[in-house]
Amino acid sequence: MESFSVFVPKLVPKKDYFAPGHRACIGCAEALAVRQVTKALGRNVIVSNATGCMEVVSTPFPTTNWRMPWIHTLFENASAVASGIDSALKVLNKKGFINKRPKVVAMGGDGATLDIGLQSLSGAWERGQDFLYVCYDNEAYMNTGIQRSSATPFGASTTTSPAGKLGPGQTRPKKDLPAIAVAHNIPYVATACPSYPFDLMDKVKRAMAIPGPTYIQVLSPCPTGWRYPVDLSIRMGRLAVETGAFPLYEYENGKYKLSFDFPKLRPIRDYLAPQGRFRHLRDAEVDQIQENIIREWQKLKDKVEA
Amino acid sequence: MMSVDGLMEGEFFMNGDDACAEGAIAAGCRFFAGYPITPATEVAERMSRRLPEVGGVYIQMEDEIASMNAILGASWAGVKSMTSTSGPGFSLMMENLGLGIMLETPCVLVNIQRAGPSTGIPTLIGQGDMMQARWGSHGHYEIIAVVPDSPQEMFDLTITAFNLSEQFRIPVLIMSDEVVGHMSEKVVMRQVAPEDLVTRPRPAVPPEEYSPYLSGDDLVPPMAVAGEGYRFHVTGLTHDERGYPVMTAEAQDKLVRRLVDKIRLNKKHILRMEEVGLDDAEIVVCAYGITSRVAKRAVQLARQEGIRAGLLRLIVVWPFPEERVRELAAQAGAFIVPEINYGQIVLEVERCAAGRARSILLPHMGGGVHHPETILEAIREAAV
Repeated sequence: MESFSVFVPKLVPKKDYFAPGHRACIGCAEALAVRQVTKALGRNVIVSNATGCMEVVSTPFPTTNWRMPWIHTLFENASAVASGIDSALKVLNKKGFINKRPKVVAMGGDGATLDIGLQSLSGAWERGQDFLYVCYDNEAYMNTGIQRSSATPFGASTTTSPAGKLGPGQTRPKKDLPAIAVAHNIPYVATACPSYPFDLMDKVKRAMAIPGPTYIQVLSPCPTGWRYPVDLSIRMGRLAVETGAFPLYEYENGKYKLSFDFPKLRPIRDYLAPQGRFRHLRDAEVDQIQENIIREWQKLKDKVEA
Repeated sequence: MMSVDGLMEGEFFMNGDDACAEGAIAAGCRFFAGYPITPATEVAERMSRRLPEVGGVYIQMEDEIASMNAILGASWAGVKSMTSTSGPGFSLMMENLGLGIMLETPCVLVNIQRAGPSTGIPTLIGQGDMMQARWGSHGHYEIIAVVPDSPQEMFDLTITAFNLSEQFRIPVLIMSDEVVGHMSEKVVMRQVAPEDLVTRPRPAVPPEEYSPYLSGDDLVPPMAVAGEGYRFHVTGLTHDERGYPVMTAEAQDKLVRRLVDKIRLNKKHILRMEEVGLDDAEIVVCAYGITSRVAKRAVQLARQEGIRAGLLRLIVVWPFPEERVRELAAQAGAFIVPEINYGQIVLEVERCAAGRARSILLPHMGGGVHHPETILEAIREAAV
């Protein structure tokens, strides 16, 4: 992991569609993820963006970072607004007003996607709306000040799942939204992380080429909410993948494919130790997390080999 | 200082959101369903930390629709319950607020108002939800809404809100604002004597004689807890005294009249207001929430200039103190209504003044509060 030789800057598309000058925290991997996603999307897209960190930091009046049509929706409705855009484009196309439809992309954080926006997202998937949904998953409501979401992993301390004498922080495992996406029989589902930029951009391009609903969940390490030094964001993403805490994989037309396989997972302690949100955990809880990860990893491997 | 049973007592320096959470705990609230939203998040955060210490339960819901419904469920299971939110979440709760009114469910809903419409200015003040509080859910109903003006009142009025909701079996709204929620001041906390804590009327008859919606003269029916042996059937459909749906105009007439009248006819037990210098006032400034504190200063300054100004501070805004405003309209020449919206409560003042006194709106669109000088200037103009 120490070697970043796989990263060849000249292979990254030069053109940025997420302009510099945003107001995200130092070391924000989510802003980095947006930059990579938008590089892969290009300019011929319409973005529907739920309320959250990325909406707040990228559009302080009178400026914007978005070099493409961009709509800020509310918290729960990015998918519903995207459904409307998608349907309108279909009508315009059918009536001959436009020849080529721009791509539609909806975006939101984990709270907007896994919690309050799940209903509208599920509806859009069920209707087969033609858009890509990208979830920037930093594992809590960071915009309002680090409250737990259903993406918060077991054991993480947040302001509404505080660790203390009466509990170890978050008491339930992370909701498996990619599995819920797969259960909707949509054509393409993937997980990604900005610590693996080429993998992330490839997945976005692949999703964009597939008609129908597609979903990518991007783990976006957050130094503010996870409480680790701001220069470790890329490393935290890599550790999440190498320990199996957030495996990278694709699901396309019924087949699972691991994007990065490891003969042996790194111990989860390597990932938990630098993060303040896990510092209260005792050995027993760390062992429990390790067990769960190995079990989930095996389940994923079984799916890949099936 | 923390007492043995986990309640806080003594003097503290804290913000309004935290004081609200402590008021709820002092009032006996032991269930809170939360969802993060600026500027109300601190209420949920404190509840998530404090409720386990007093044997209560905090759960974080997936959205505000779920939060509102969770407290209705918890209340029917017999536990005093609360949720808190701000503008957008308040809108999401509206359908279920109506359910709470129809099911006559005691519970408390806190709205730390911010500037809207829509996402608006999440971090700054507004008072634009006052009419939504009155009319936001569908159908015709009456509601109770209290408006604190300080962290101390966030503590005190949260207890009052619980008492009113238990007494009248109705969701009570605490219509606070971002400034009151986020400002820190001295808060004196006390344990509430058991006799000062109201609990919902309980059935006095054996289960076989119980009708869930049969009320006496006060129009508030006794409430059984689900699972304690009483027949339990509640529905959002129009229902008769037994709780069963009856889809007739007669049943609708009887039910809606009672739901409305139990508040209207009991108004004298509900209304609360503060009056400053109203005895000889020719100019009445009518204000609520943080705006009333600015108004109080303006009235002081006007008095120093020899203008007979007074302040009517609404502590309970809904039901509206119609009689008092009518009395004042007969005595004063003008009402000045400063509010952080483009004219909501001024409409009520104007309605009650009915042309006998002028009603002057001093609007502020939100994101800040009035300057005392602005209100003083309006008082001077009205006094000429």
